[in-house]
This record gives sequence, C-alpha cells and structure tokens, in this order.
Amino acid sequence: MSKFVDKGKKETPGISTASLPDIVFMILMFFMVSVSMRQTDRKVIVSLPGASEVAKLERKDLASYIYIGTPTLQYQSLYGTDSQIQLNDAFRSIEDIRDFIAAERESISEAERPFMTVSIKADQNTRMGIITDVKQELRRCSALRIMYSARKVSAI
Amino acid sequence: MAAPRKTPEINGGSMADISFLMLIFFLMVSTMDKEEGISRRLPVMPPEDMKVEDQKVNRRNIIQVKVNAQDRLFAGNEIIDITQLKDKIKEFMTNPQNDPNLPDKEVTFIEGYGDCPVSKGVISLQNDRGTSYSKYIEVQNELIRAVNELRDEWSMANYGKRYSRLTEDQQTIVRKAVPQNISEAEPKDVTKRRR
Repeated sequence: MSKFVDKGKKETPGISTASLPDIVFMILMFFMVSVSMRQTDRKVIVSLPGASEVAKLERKDLASYIYIGTPTLQYQSLYGTDSQIQLNDAFRSIEDIRDFIAAERESISEAERPFMTVSIKADQNTRMGIITDVKQELRRCSALRIMYSARKVSAI
Repeated sequence: MAAPRKTPEINGGSMADISFLMLIFFLMVSTMDKEEGISRRLPVMPPEDMKVEDQKVNRRNIIQVKVNAQDRLFAGNEIIDITQLKDKIKEFMTNPQNDPNLPDKEVTFIEGYGDCPVSKGVISLQNDRGTSYSKYIEVQNELIRAVNELRDEWSMANYGKRYSRLTEDQQTIVRKAVPQNISEAEPKDVTKRRR
C-alpha cells in the first residue's frame, strides 16, 4: 500500500521556454529572407489598376520605382491635387527622371545593367498624358525595360 | 593553489526578448507587397536628326487599337467594346480563313521544332493624353490575354500541355511561333480637337 502514497500536492512542471529564442529566431529569419525593405515614404496616393495577366518582377533589386499619383493630404496644399511624380523621397518633374535613372544605373553592377527594370507605379485614375511623358523620357534615357505595376485580379 | 573555478554560464533567458525586438523591427521596416505587373519593352528612341519614317509594314499586317480621352475603344476599323477586343485580336493573329485583309503568315524555321507558319501581325496601341491609366492597363491586359490564350492553344495542339507547364525550351519555341508583337506607337493625339 505504501507504494501509492500520496505525497501531498503535486506541482505541474512549468513548460520549458528554452526553445522560445530558437522559434522566434526562425520567424525572424523567415521575415528577413521573404521581405524587402521599405525604401521610400509614399508621398502620393497610389491605388494600382487591376490586371489578370500579370507577371512577377524577377529581380527586385534591379528595379527602380517611379510613383505617379495625387499627393497625399498633407502635401496637397503645396502641390495641389494634380498627378505628381515621386522619385525616391521627393516630388520631381519629368526632367529629373534622367538624373534619377543615371543614379539608379550607377548603383547596380555593370553586368546586370541591361536587366534594370523601371517599375511604374501609377494610380489608376491618372491620365495617360503624364505617363506618356514619363515613357518618352525613359526612352530618351534608354531605360527600355519597364513594368506597369498592377495588382492581380482573377478576372475583370 | 585554488581549485579551478567554474566560469558562470550566461543566462540565455533574455535571448527571446532580444529576438522578439529584432522581429518587431523587421516587421516595421519591411514591406511584403508583391511586385507584379505588366512587363513591357519600350522601343528605342530614334536619333533626333533622323527623320521618322514609317516602317514598311503591310497594311493588312497591322491592327490599330486606339483608346480616346473618353476611354472609348477603337480597333481595326470599328468602335468595339473591351469584351470583344480579345476575340478580335485572336482572330487577327490566327487568321483562320486566310482572309486577304488579315495578316499573312510566313513559314519560319524554329529551332527544335521545324517549319511553322508564324503570323506577321502587329498590334499597334495608341492612346490619348486624356485616357485613364486604368483603361489603358485594361486594354494592355486584354491584348496580352489574347496572346497568352493563343499560346496556350498552340501548346495544347502541339505538346498537349498548357504553356505554363512546358519546359523552358518548349516555351521559347512557343514564344517564337506565337509572337507578342504589341507596339506602343509614338504618342499623338487620337482624339480630334474641334476648334
């Protein structure tokens, strides 16, 4: 009988948290490889148009971004509500694209320069006039690979 | 002589906190939005001293797709709706009845496949400065959809698989057999202005 003596209250052992850092590190690693850094502050409102036949941008590191859209509320007193071009972190005009492209081209290695892609992120309510101007300027800088950024929708 | 002292172990309990902190940091500074879109290649800018001469493309080999400032669509010689555009393009590119008004086909030798009639059709897309971007993308999307469907049909007929399931070499062959000739014309005003 004495084999089954009740030794008073038995405490449930606490769950070991020793592996918690490993788990969190694992999540951290996942995020580090799957995510790209946010490079710029958006100063224009961009809601991308939908398209069903989208292709993925293969090399994100070789892409430069041109944002076109209405300035956000805080900049509207300065720049109005007409579509503006944002390069890097500031509002720019068409003429600045040339310098922007030149700088972007400098920043990537020579072997990969032909694969540089310019991603045009324009708001869906933009008029084509400004986009045509941008495209013409890109042609003048011979940055010919472009991508009209769009969000994937299954069918229109 | 003193006995060898044990070095005290570093407490690893705060490791989790530190890595959580880093995790939060990465979550804040990163974006996860997928980069997707419609890839295009712009034509090379002709040198300024060179006169722009029209490329000698036979009339029957070109289809004009125009979008005006009111987002109305004009393809071939008629005003059409965006839902009709895809079928029109497909008919234009395949020319099933060998209509003399639709593009002719040239038998070209494709490496790894052999001789194959390839359509010489070119889609010319023109837009007005007042066209909305969403309409423009929608039209571009329809054009690409037409070509993609033709490629699917071609690969189904020849390989029995969809285009996306083919090997890379086969995809290259299909791309040559069903080319995607969409030219973005030199900008000009499509809408006639009455003044």
